[in-house]
Amino acid sequence: MNSKVADRIATGVFIAIATIIVLVLIGLFSFILFRGVPQISWDFITTTSSTVREGGGIRDQLFNSFYILFITMLITVPLGVLGGVYMAEYAKPGKITNFIRSCIELLASLPSIVVGMFGLLIFVNSTGWGYTIIGGALALTIFNIPVMVRVSEDAIRSVPNVQKEASLALGINHWHTIKTVILPSAFPGILTGAILASGRVFGEAAALLFTAGLSTPRLDYMNWNPFSTTSPLNIFRPAETLSVHIWAVNTNGIMPDVEAIADGSSAILVLSVLFFNLTARFVGSAVHRKITASK
Amino acid sequence: MEKQTTLSAKQRLIRSSSKNPGETRGKILVSLCALIIIIATLSITLFLAIKGLQSFIVNGLNPLEFLFSSEWNPTSSDPQYGALPFILGSLAVTLLSALIAGPLGIGCAIFMTEISTSIGKKVLQPVIELLVGIPSVVYGFIGLTVLVPFIRNTFSGSATGFSLLTGTIVLSVMILPTVTTIATDAMSSLPNSLREGSLALGATRWQTIKKVLIPAALPSLMTAIVLGMARAFGEALAVQMVIGNVRDLPGSLLDPSATLTTIITLNMGYTTYGSVDNNTLWSMGLILLIISFIFILIIRYLSARRKI
Repeated sequence: MNSKVADRIATGVFIAIATIIVLVLIGLFSFILFRGVPQISWDFITTTSSTVREGGGIRDQLFNSFYILFITMLITVPLGVLGGVYMAEYAKPGKITNFIRSCIELLASLPSIVVGMFGLLIFVNSTGWGYTIIGGALALTIFNIPVMVRVSEDAIRSVPNVQKEASLALGINHWHTIKTVILPSAFPGILTGAILASGRVFGEAAALLFTAGLSTPRLDYMNWNPFSTTSPLNIFRPAETLSVHIWAVNTNGIMPDVEAIADGSSAILVLSVLFFNLTARFVGSAVHRKITASK
Repeated sequence: MEKQTTLSAKQRLIRSSSKNPGETRGKILVSLCALIIIIATLSITLFLAIKGLQSFIVNGLNPLEFLFSSEWNPTSSDPQYGALPFILGSLAVTLLSALIAGPLGIGCAIFMTEISTSIGKKVLQPVIELLVGIPSVVYGFIGLTVLVPFIRNTFSGSATGFSLLTGTIVLSVMILPTVTTIATDAMSSLPNSLREGSLALGATRWQTIKKVLIPAALPSLMTAIVLGMARAFGEALAVQMVIGNVRDLPGSLLDPSATLTTIITLNMGYTTYGSVDNNTLWSMGLILLIISFIFILIIRYLSARRKI
């Protein structure tokens, strides 16, 4: 075969592949949004879900998703950033650093269901808490920490070395340099990474199935006492999140409007993740512009 | 104030380095975080190993039978625990989805880096990022509402539409962005001199891609596929929703099947903690853990062979 013809055929194939991928995405999104968005109403997001009757909403699931996300990030961000500081600034090349790197790599590649099983073993059974929000958040922390460490490490490493050297040359010690020079310049990168990680945590279901459970107790949103059993803020109550809810209604839902609920919930889930991604892009560059002199 | 100015420069330097405000505390703090990561990893490995081995040690199941028997009858009077159908099911969906997503992902990466970088950046990059963002349950849900009826109506060999094929397609779409992103990084990190050298010798673009660029990037491209496989292997809910979850060995692509993850997902809630049935699920979890170790070893091996 003529090599020019082969070249044209190959180019055609690559264009076809790229087109297929774009079409798949368009197909997926239009499916979710066209079917899901009509289901979303004020009623849908403000009524509680029902296990048997029609017309159930997703109020509690939506709240649980955001609340678990919040608690997870509350634990993960400090741990991840400090872990990133360690890897970027303090770790000396050698066996220990390599070992920590392997640990992070292993945590990152763990199937989320395995993380869920570990959570079931430790946070649910060994502690005797049962299915709880805090158990779910801790499982998600394990799932999320490698991402956070990597993001922080990259952000810290991308801070120009001259800034660090200038600070050290002024006689400021290493830790103080990290706190006052390096972390502020790495902040936009860390923030973007954290928001993107939030999107991932928000959609996760397998790790929560065995740790936060498949049910939500009756909640009273006027009760702000975090130790009361009916309070939504109580971290020792079971909590079904939105993504777990989608799975649950599809696998063993018996209400007549399963499809409508799943459609609406999926649309909200995807829109939220989309929102996280767009915010990450926008906030990252905006903060960067604000705190640095670059345009 | 008065005192400080009377000190000589040398003394002041000594003083400031000996005071070292916060340095030790900071070091302890970050080391503690590193320690937590190590402890988390070790305890996951340790606890899951102990729990996973209980079905063999405490309940006396034969590990070989567990791994190589295809009879899974936990509820019969003479219960049998052979997890082979699930192990094979996991391997089948993983390999098949890598077969679909691998060429597609690498092809897309080549399009983005070699054929049209501008379309790649403006259109495909955001498309891939959006695909990464879709949660796996949503993939499963779309598979359930679109793909399952489609397969049921298109292929006469599939009675329900729940099949190995359905699971494979859902997983392929799921791992496609993973493969594409890493493959794109691999292709774009190739030095331009390779392309220019080849083109200067009169090679066409396809010859350059086939004979120069792909061989040069091969270890990284393989890494992309292996990472995709690792993700496919560990995915639970999306597969569980479309694969049918039967305990027989699938005879064809259109037969329903099950994987390790789907059986764990399904049965964990319905078995009593500590019973034999439950312990075998933990053994399957241990298999998942071991296989993710193996995936890491493969990736290590590949990255050691990276040429560029």
